[in-house]
Parts: sequence; C-alpha cells; structure tokens
Amino acid sequence: MADIKLLKEKSTQVRKDIVQMICKSKSGHPGGSLSAADIVTTLYFSEMNVDPKNPKMEGRDRFVLSKGHAAPVLYAVLAEKGYFDRELLGTLRQYGSILQGHPDMKKVPGIEISTGSLGQGLSVANGMALSAKISGEDYRTYVLMGDGELQEGQVWEAAMTSAHYKLDNICAFVDYNNLQIDGNVDEIMGVAPLDKKWESFGWNVIKADGHSFEEILDSLEKAKECKGKPTVIIAETTKGKGVSFMENVCGFHGVAPTAEETEIAVKELEKVEEILD
Amino acid sequence: MAKKSTRKAYGEALVELGKINENVVVLDADLSKSTQTAMFQKEFPKRHINVGIAEADLIGTAAGMSTCGKIPFASTFAMFAAGRAFEQIRNTVAYPKLNVKIAPTHAGISVGEDGGSHQSVEDIALMRAIPGMVVLSPADAVETKKMVQAAVDYDGPIYLRLGRLDVPVLFDEETYDFQIGVINTAKDGADVTVAATGLMVAEAMKAAEVLAEDGVSVRVLNVGTVKPLDGEAILKAAKETKFIVTAEEHSVIGGLGSAVSEFLSEVHPTKVKKIGIYDKFGQSGKGAELLEKYELTAEKIVSVIKENL
Repeated sequence: MADIKLLKEKSTQVRKDIVQMICKSKSGHPGGSLSAADIVTTLYFSEMNVDPKNPKMEGRDRFVLSKGHAAPVLYAVLAEKGYFDRELLGTLRQYGSILQGHPDMKKVPGIEISTGSLGQGLSVANGMALSAKISGEDYRTYVLMGDGELQEGQVWEAAMTSAHYKLDNICAFVDYNNLQIDGNVDEIMGVAPLDKKWESFGWNVIKADGHSFEEILDSLEKAKECKGKPTVIIAETTKGKGVSFMENVCGFHGVAPTAEETEIAVKELEKVEEILD
Repeated sequence: MAKKSTRKAYGEALVELGKINENVVVLDADLSKSTQTAMFQKEFPKRHINVGIAEADLIGTAAGMSTCGKIPFASTFAMFAAGRAFEQIRNTVAYPKLNVKIAPTHAGISVGEDGGSHQSVEDIALMRAIPGMVVLSPADAVETKKMVQAAVDYDGPIYLRLGRLDVPVLFDEETYDFQIGVINTAKDGADVTVAATGLMVAEAMKAAEVLAEDGVSVRVLNVGTVKPLDGEAILKAAKETKFIVTAEEHSVIGGLGSAVSEFLSEVHPTKVKKIGIYDKFGQSGKGAELLEKYELTAEKIVSVIKENL
C-alpha cells in the first residue's frame, strides 16, 4: 500500500522547489507545474519502476512530460528522487544550466525525451510503447498532457495510433486545470467533453481528482488492469494548486512570483508540512 | 543502361537490413506502396508501423521508438516529411539528436503527374538548416543501398532524400563505396566541375560525355552527402578547375548550389553557376517531361558550361 503521507510530504517539497526555482530564475511556468505536482510525484514515488542511480536501466518505466513548459515540476521531482543534486534547481533557465526552460533529455539524467513544443508527447509515448510490444518488454509508458495542449491536432493523430495498436502499456494523464495562457480553456478553444472525446477515440477513460493521491493511485491500478486499450486519466486539477494566490489565476501560467510572493507561498507550504508532522 | 528508382532500391535495402538487424523498424503514413516500405511490411509485419495519414505522428512515434533502442526509418513523401512535419523533425528528432532516419520518397519535380502540391523543391533547404542534421541524396539504386546501410551504422538523425522516377544505375555494387560526408568523384576532369546530386548526377555524366567530344574535360562530383558538405573535394575542384556548376532537382535557394556557394565564398571565392529550380513551384506532367521543361537536363548543363568557359 502506498504511503499517502510520504506522497503528501514529497509533493509539498516539490511545490516549494517549483516556486523557489522559478522565483530565482525570474522566468518559468508555475501554474501548470503546481497543478501537475501531485500526479508527477505519485508516478515517481509510488508507481514507476525507475532507478535514479541507473537512469537508463533496462526495462524501466518511461515518463513523457508532453506539457514541457511544466519542466519545473519534473526537475523538482527528479532532484527529490536523487537523479541530480538539488542545488542545481537554483540554476533553472540560466546560461549553461542543465535545467533548460523546457526539458532537454541530453542534459538531464532521467528525462526520456526532450519536450516543449506542445502536442508531441503522446506520439513519442506511442513509439516507446510500440517498441516494448515489438521487443516483448513489459515496461509501461506514462505521459502527461495539458488540457490546452489537446487543442494540438497531433494529439488526436496519436490518440488514434495508441488505440489502433491496442497500446494498453500506455497510461496518459490530462492535467485538466481549465486554464491556458490567454484565458479559460472553455473560452479560448473548448476541449470538452473530454471523457466522450477520448472514449470515442477508443480509450479507456478514468476520471479522477488530480490532487487526491488515493484517486490517482486507484486510477493507476485500474489502468493496469485494462487490457487491449490505452488508458487516459482525466485529472481534474487546479492551476497553481497549493499556493493560495496562484490558484486559478491565469496570470501565473508563465509569470514568475516575486521574492515577496515566494516567501508567502513557501510559508503556506510549510504550514502544510507542519500539519503533516 | 539499367534503370531503377531510388525508392525501390530503398525498399529492397530495408528488407535486407531487416534480416540482419532486428532493431530496424519502419514507419509509414499510408503511402507504403508508393514509398516501397510495403516490401518490409510484408516480410516483417510486426516491425512495420503504419500510422495512417498523420505525418506529425509518424515522426513523433519514430522518435519514441528510437529512444528505446530501435532504428526507425520513417517514410512518406518529401513534401509531407520535411514540409508538414518540419517542426516535429526539428524539435523531437534533431534537437535531442535521436537516431531516426527520415527517408522520404517523391522528392523534387520528377514526382510528375501529382503536380506542384506534391513536388518538394524546398526539402533540402529545410533539412540543411537544422543543426546537426545529415542530408543524403543518392544518385542511383546502388548508392541508395549503400546509404541505407550507412544510415544504420550512423548514430543520429538523417534525412535520406529519395525519388519516384526510374533513374540510370550508374555505379557497380561490388566496387562503389559510400561514406557519409565524402564526395565521390564520378568522373575526373580538368577544365570545369559539375557538382551534382540525386538524379542530376546521371545528367552531369551525360553532359561530360558530350563536352568531351568538344575537347572540354569535365569533372563530375557526386555529392551524395549534401550536409555535411565535403569541403575538401569542393575546394580542390575550385582550385583545379575554372568554375563550378551545381546541379540539383531542388530550388537553387538553400540547396546544393547554396551549400557550395556558401562554402566557397568564405574560403576560395569561385564562380558557381547553379542549375536547379528558380523560385518556382512544379506542376503536373510526366516526370521526364518536367525535368526537361524545368531545364534539369544534360543539355542545360552543357549550355551553361559552354556559356561560361
């Protein structure tokens, strides 16, 4: 049984790291990093078979951060997991840093594919999953997409491929926070109804609260039980989750918090930690 | 002279390689009969992935497979690989230097009847501009086969530009040697150099024969690797012959002619006359007929050389 308390502790640390590293770099995407924090934390600290000491371990599970602008959440989780020295988090987006504005697989151990240009991760995940099927390997491939990202046509090309090739070794997440740069997803270019869309594309659809570890874990179990179909977990999330003044604020999609704001945010997150203790 | 299209040679080479190397996988986007990857599909159905009419997905899927140790060859028409999926190639294949071989067929205007919408005259320019991308353009079936093998042996992204039309088989499989980044001197000569690529190599050879009768000695360089350009061979030709003519079934903007000019203008300014497509789209017609109409012929090479001697 997964340790929910541990996951909560880890995701709170990850949130603090996200806010602090973006504050320091004065640039980055806090909102969508915070909304995905619980999902990515669960994958790395409970679900995936990976080894930070051996990032290229044969048979490891794969993770694709298709919404590459949420790089800070992945960097924070990888550092917390021990893939690299957490001191490096302070170099985010700086010249010469391994922590590029968007994930670079050539620079950071543990990153399986460079992303940043939206809409491409599911295709890549399909390639990884197809490779496993061809070689008879049983690793699983996880991919996290944004809801705004689903406006990219390639996502639906890839969605057809996953279903056509019965890639039940794929588990996709949609970080459904309903905000994108220019405003509400519903207003900019509606993507609803997501469950029906994915179902009609031949996917096993699970809806979950993307901030409930119990629901995320339960969905991941159900995904593994589903044979012959890829699974998508539509995770309802809150953009900026965990930092009161960032929650559901579109302006924090790609804007760094000030030092004062960061101080408030860290205090809020430390209170969460106190309660956990 | 026997004729064979480079796409057919590609399809055959894949089957041979597929038998030797189980990591070779092939992806197509509903054009496997045209691109000739259907041969591989027949032989190795589990290692052939058809993604349907979805070129962006084609490239992304190939990228994913390459990260897991597969050696993917992704094929469609050049227009839809380099054109439609440019950004996928740029960001998801080339940026992380993945071991993906993009091998489109139906490059250039010799596509013929399908017309301008399907005739890529910009793909070399697009691919050449991507950092680290290797751009290969075979002259015949033998070179194609050698290039497919070289592509497997090379770890990194490659663009292998193939054609639809049957073209003369120029080289002997037993003796022909291809190495990435090395220009082959198809014919030595002392007066003028023609640096050609793709089906224009055969035209350059014909032109050399015609000019030999007039006492003009033409060197023909077969530029199989457009990028990285073999500067040594180009510089040698610039120093040893009077001027250079480039010949390609591609726009003169950004293709081989540009590559040669860019190189020489910095190291050894030399007169370069470019034969290619001058800022025009293609159109419907028979492949061979279009090559004539767009002046991609031995006759054109002869006349350009005569005018400039």
